[in-house]
Amino acid sequence: MGLLEVKGINKRFGGLQALGDVNLSIKENTTHAIIGPNGAGKSTLLNVLVGKLIPDSGSVMFDGQSVLGRAPHEINQMGISRVFQTPEIFSDLSVFENVMIPCFAKRDGAFRMHAIESIFAEKGIQQQAEAILDDVNMLEKRDMLASSLSRGDKRRLEMAMCLVQDPKLLLLDEPTAGMARADTQNTIALLKEIREKRGITMAIIEHDMNVVFSLAERITVLAQGTPLVEDIPDNIKGHPKVREAYLGEAQV
Amino acid sequence: MDQFILQILNGLDKGSAYALIALGLTLIFGTLGVVNFAHGALFMLGAFVAVTMSNLLTLSHKVVDETRTDFLGNPLQVDVPYLYDFFGQAAGDTIIDWAVPISILVAIPIMVGIGFAMERGLIKYFYKRPHADQILVTFGLAIVIQEIVKYFYGANPIPTPAPEAFVGSFDFGVVLGFDPNAIIYPYWRLVYFFFSVVVIGAVFAFLQFTTFGMVVRAGMADRETVGILGIDIDKRFTIMFGIAAAVAGLAGVMYAPINSPNYHMGMDFLVLSFVVVVVGGMGSLPGAVAAGFMLGILESFASMSAVIDLLPGINQIIIYLVAIIILLTRPRGLMGRKGVMEE
Amino acid sequence: MLGLEKKDFQLLLIVIGLTLFAPFLLNPFPEGSDLAQFNAGYPDLMQRFVIFGIFAIGFNILFGLTGYLSFGHAAFLGAGSYGAVWMFKLLSMNVLPAIAISVVIAGLFSLLIGYVSLRRSGIYFSILTLAFAQMSFALAYSVLTPITGGETGLQLALSDPRIFGAAQTATGNIPVPALFGLEMRSSFEWNVGAWLFTFNAGYYLAAFFMIIAFYISIRIFRSPFGMMLRAIKSNQTRMSYTGLNARPYTLAAFVISGMYAGLAGGLMASMDPLAGAERMQWTASGEVVLMTILGGAGTLIGPVLGAGMIKYFENIFSKINETILHGWFAFLPDGLEDVVVAMIYPFIGKGWHLTLGIMFMLVVIFLPGGLVQGGQKIGALFSRKKAEETKPNATEPAE
Repeated sequence: MGLLEVKGINKRFGGLQALGDVNLSIKENTTHAIIGPNGAGKSTLLNVLVGKLIPDSGSVMFDGQSVLGRAPHEINQMGISRVFQTPEIFSDLSVFENVMIPCFAKRDGAFRMHAIESIFAEKGIQQQAEAILDDVNMLEKRDMLASSLSRGDKRRLEMAMCLVQDPKLLLLDEPTAGMARADTQNTIALLKEIREKRGITMAIIEHDMNVVFSLAERITVLAQGTPLVEDIPDNIKGHPKVREAYLGEAQV
Repeated sequence: MDQFILQILNGLDKGSAYALIALGLTLIFGTLGVVNFAHGALFMLGAFVAVTMSNLLTLSHKVVDETRTDFLGNPLQVDVPYLYDFFGQAAGDTIIDWAVPISILVAIPIMVGIGFAMERGLIKYFYKRPHADQILVTFGLAIVIQEIVKYFYGANPIPTPAPEAFVGSFDFGVVLGFDPNAIIYPYWRLVYFFFSVVVIGAVFAFLQFTTFGMVVRAGMADRETVGILGIDIDKRFTIMFGIAAAVAGLAGVMYAPINSPNYHMGMDFLVLSFVVVVVGGMGSLPGAVAAGFMLGILESFASMSAVIDLLPGINQIIIYLVAIIILLTRPRGLMGRKGVMEE
Repeated sequence: MLGLEKKDFQLLLIVIGLTLFAPFLLNPFPEGSDLAQFNAGYPDLMQRFVIFGIFAIGFNILFGLTGYLSFGHAAFLGAGSYGAVWMFKLLSMNVLPAIAISVVIAGLFSLLIGYVSLRRSGIYFSILTLAFAQMSFALAYSVLTPITGGETGLQLALSDPRIFGAAQTATGNIPVPALFGLEMRSSFEWNVGAWLFTFNAGYYLAAFFMIIAFYISIRIFRSPFGMMLRAIKSNQTRMSYTGLNARPYTLAAFVISGMYAGLAGGLMASMDPLAGAERMQWTASGEVVLMTILGGAGTLIGPVLGAGMIKYFENIFSKINETILHGWFAFLPDGLEDVVVAMIYPFIGKGWHLTLGIMFMLVVIFLPGGLVQGGQKIGALFSRKKAEETKPNATEPAE
């Protein structure tokens, strides 16, 4: 039984079958990559997992509970965090506030009317936030406005915001898309470190094969909305079906 | 039945005004992505073009009339419009009488010019700013325009009559086989309705059948792709802003005889027009027109005494009520496109 | 101090000082002097300063923090006024129950409207609040006449029950609102040389409530709740993917700001016991938008400044007429005097709305942080060196 069990998911948009009978099992304590050519349904699948889309049929079980029909914030509270293609952070807030917010969300749940308490009195939350910023080497930038960070730092901040919640599963949507080579290498290193230090289960959707093969322990190849193969990276590399699916695409 | 037809007719003129203003609003929104709270002010400016026109046409100079004397026995001084000097009295009177229709010709270039100035001078700096900022700055602009008009024309409504030929009412009852006087409809309102249909038709035809219009429509649907094609879409959008301003202005010019223009008429119409746009669907041109007429007619039905007896006060709130229901059940409005103003 | 950081506490002290000494500060010019017309220290206007200050502080909690632009907040102010007047009619002329009920009624009313309106965001939210407020206005004006007094407004009458108080005074008049016998309209006047200072009971009651309102707003701004509201304004997607439900937060902010509006409405009725539908009209809602943004949305003190400024303009600036202007510029040669007066006149006196509109536009275009930001910028120019030495602390939101 995996941490995340996806069974028989179907999703149609008008006449287009975006996902057809998708089965997927993500085992605890692994890094699982989902790859596939453009239009294979990777993003649709991700949106189903985080509650943004409701599939026509099928089930998604996370940690023994159904995910379907829940709002994104409820799914996050179950223990699934998400990193976006372009970092989604609170641009108008300081770096420190950015990481304090998930600390509050973890401690107080989806809503709490703590309108009279002072932020400055929340020592426990502040320590947590400082610790995570230290972990991602951003402590000296704590008072900067998040919008003034470099792209790489924004990515790291977003990662920190996810990590501070101690998620059971971290979903990463093309974490290195549009990044320069150096930034990509940094991100790979960061992810590896997170994986080793914290043992968080990760699911990565990624285009860049370099990233996939440096991180993934298992790979699912999606084509035309259906999983083609699922295996360990070494077996995926030379798999004829995968080559077929990627024919015409340059990355493999 | 005659009551029914009468209410539809009564709703048409207000509906026409809503439709024309909403058309411009949604055109600006669909092309430039700007929420323009100053659009009502453009409508009001149009009405004041008509006022100014009739003031200009009646500009007079004093002439001593030898045949008459005042109560002191001195020769009487009378005001003679300059137009009499140019065209003679009969023709001059006719021109003055037709001040409102003549204003249309003048209003088009003036309003287009004002539209250009607004877009180039202010709006273009707000494309990238949040919608709240756009609302606020155009709200401020509307106040400024209003106050300028108030300074020059005062706070009181200025009666601006329609030409003599259109004074009076048309008896629809007789035409349709009902009792005489069962359905009475003022000629000018009929004119207003047909005028708005022509203007709306012209805008649609322009967008549908000209290359310019095609590009603009493509730009409304997908701004980036059109930009990639190397078409300077911004310039065309500026022109569309001018057109939207002209449409609002024309609606105002022709509305002057129905309701004497005052400086805050724009705001009154704007609030309702926004509701119309939202009901029709942000960025949808047919939606704005349909919703404009629909709400105008609905408002008129709600004002029937039978309806008011049943639901007191319904005539006051019907438009808002419809808007709230539609916004909650169909967030995109009646004909809204997907992805417009959605998070 | 009082659970506030040092800087905030200082700000609170300044506000307390300003409101307490307002009768002096607003009357700097001696009676009968030419400049006496700029004195704003009379009870009626001072009451308006603080009451609209409360209204704007509340509006700022919604708009300044969450970015949700409501165009219907006057409805809550109006509802609060009606509630207060009804208390005067039914219960007694004591202002405390009236103010309490106005806050409760406005709170419930805003809960209802907010619950529905907050299902949408952006411009749709603005239009929904506008529609609800206009509906309330139209209904208050027509169908609800038995409750609202319709066109004439809701007024007190000799025949009102007033079960806990006298229906009429010994002289047969309608009693006036009072706080345990202290009449709101009663004033103490103090002559100091050529100066006349007026200390009005109603003003000090309203000022007391404004200080409380301001204090609560500081606490909210500095609380985790306030931070969540700013997070909503910044990025709702990240908000929900952080496991936070934005809607109860925005609704809470909406209701709090509605209660502030109700408090303002209740105080308004306590100063002058009548309530009219025009208090609910959308232009009244637009006014609080102007105040908040002019002063500085999202800043603590901005809305109060904005409210004060607009009310000052409305009551003092608007009284300057052409004759007064000619008097000022009499030192200029005749022709020049006329030209100068003709150039200035459109912007002042009755034309003050024009100045207001232009100022508002300038603020939106150049100073999104309002006059407070303008002040900070000017301040920064003078103390640039100092600022470089002390590290700026960005965790503290703007004041």
